[in-house]
Amino acid sequence: MTTLNLPLPRPPRAAFGNMVLNEARLAWRQPGGMIAGAGIALLLLVIFGEIPVFRQTSASLGGYSTFEVYIPILMGFSIAMIGFFYLPGPLVSYRELGILRRLSTTPVPAYWVLAAQIVVQACLMAATLALIVTVSIVFFGISAPQNPAAMVLAIALCMAALFAIGLAIAALARTSGAARGLMAAAFYPLMFFSGLYYPVQLMPAAIQDISNYTPLDAAVQAIGASWVGQFPAARSLLVLAGYALVFGFIAKRFFRWE
Amino acid sequence: MQTPDILGSGPGSSVAPDLQAEPASSPAVEISHLRKTYGSLVAVDDVSFSVTEGEIFGILGPNGAGKTTTVECAVGLRSPDSGTIRLMGVDPQADKPRIHEITGVQLQSGAFPAKLRVGEIIDTYRSFYRHPADAGELAGALGLADKRTSYYRSLSGGQQQRLSVVLALIGAPKIAVLDEMTTGLDPQARREAWELIEHVRGRGTTVLLVTHFMEEAERLCDRVALIDSGRIVALDTPAGLAVRAMGGKTVRFLPSAPFDERLLSGLPEVTAIEHDGHHIVVTGTGELATTVIVALHAAGVEARDVRVDASTLEDAFVRLTGRHLHEADEGEPS
Repeated sequence: MTTLNLPLPRPPRAAFGNMVLNEARLAWRQPGGMIAGAGIALLLLVIFGEIPVFRQTSASLGGYSTFEVYIPILMGFSIAMIGFFYLPGPLVSYRELGILRRLSTTPVPAYWVLAAQIVVQACLMAATLALIVTVSIVFFGISAPQNPAAMVLAIALCMAALFAIGLAIAALARTSGAARGLMAAAFYPLMFFSGLYYPVQLMPAAIQDISNYTPLDAAVQAIGASWVGQFPAARSLLVLAGYALVFGFIAKRFFRWE
Repeated sequence: MQTPDILGSGPGSSVAPDLQAEPASSPAVEISHLRKTYGSLVAVDDVSFSVTEGEIFGILGPNGAGKTTTVECAVGLRSPDSGTIRLMGVDPQADKPRIHEITGVQLQSGAFPAKLRVGEIIDTYRSFYRHPADAGELAGALGLADKRTSYYRSLSGGQQQRLSVVLALIGAPKIAVLDEMTTGLDPQARREAWELIEHVRGRGTTVLLVTHFMEEAERLCDRVALIDSGRIVALDTPAGLAVRAMGGKTVRFLPSAPFDERLLSGLPEVTAIEHDGHHIVVTGTGELATTVIVALHAAGVEARDVRVDASTLEDAFVRLTGRHLHEADEGEPS
């Protein structure tokens, strides 16, 4: 009998590279997620930028124009679209197809496919956000973000919070249909509170109070503050970190690989 | 049942006799007193067997018999309620990474993303292992050589099944576990898959084969465990099982002249002699037909209208479980 008492090395690193490559190929070959996440946000950005009244500053918006208010909202929107709709869906369908189970018979841990998806989705988000910022600066004369380090921190926390919520949904939903339903049920209220439909600053105080504790509005506030050179309010960052931790825990606790 | 086994060229009779006894070398797979329940359902009940390195070991039985649960416990996908499992001496529950390194598993169900290409899937799985097999050779042996650039969704059911076998073998496993490997394959593809398994075994891989195809078990397996309702009802070579179930082979003939029956009853191969009208029916084992005909010929008696029957694994199954394997399977796709 073969002796197998040597320490077992980790699976080859190239395996993870291949898995990331496959997820990128799938994102490219099924571009619905990219179009929805990046395309819609960019389209809205350009439309809002072309509406003259949106370019006028307003005292009720704290001296900013509607367009300026909407830039961080659209950034939050595109993070939410990708992290929310295009992370849990494939993951649940991988479970349904038996891919996670199949992987768990190989030397590669099944969670690698999840990590590969997060890498691809995070790259997609980063590219989309960079595009939104660049278009705002180059075509609409908005000044560049004044506190880019704080902005990166806010975006990273926002991604973490939304990935965690998406993964918790993937953990709790039995089918990909149920996952889509749960995501839609969570997505539209969160977008409402982030001000996508109507600026939060113009909503009643009670709704603003609730908004402060929703992840997307916290992200929008943190991104907006860092853009104009402030350091984001501790409350915004703590809200985002809290969502990431709580939903990350739920996801880890309830996720089934089969 | 009619058998082509008269001249002993069938796969069953080519099995080395020592495989019928206890395996000689240390086992690649050792399972003892395995028990697994799902709620009140006892899926596997006190299953024990061991598989020698390089052996093709079949687990045969109807759906719901506990075949799949047994192998899923063996590869660490499920944890047994009780009993011990060792693959190359490794406990699957205690050391999953090592089990995954030495086993290649083909599961009954399982698909891949529709828009990945066959070659991409194979290359990815190949990169999971440190000493993988040759991807082109395997894909070629399973008829997927010209499908490497096809999307997974464009494959037929049989091609998807063959891809799943490729992936089970791509890591050049020491133990290949194949669950219903040829289900959904056409006869030609099935024969090609069998040749591949024999080839893989020829390179030293131990094969644990779950099947409900009698022909597959008879053709491929060195030994077969018949499982019914979670228990092993018999474990032997395919030929040995057949002999045990039906008392071996029968030769029925019309003698050209009367003869002294002691001429035949003294032969070691013969266990019984009966009369059926003018015909004589001799029951026995081994090269029964040849032995009987030669003995009669030596005494100047010609055997006419000779018919040879031998029981098969199918007969063995019916005899041991009281039902037909395929009747038990009807209506379930797996």
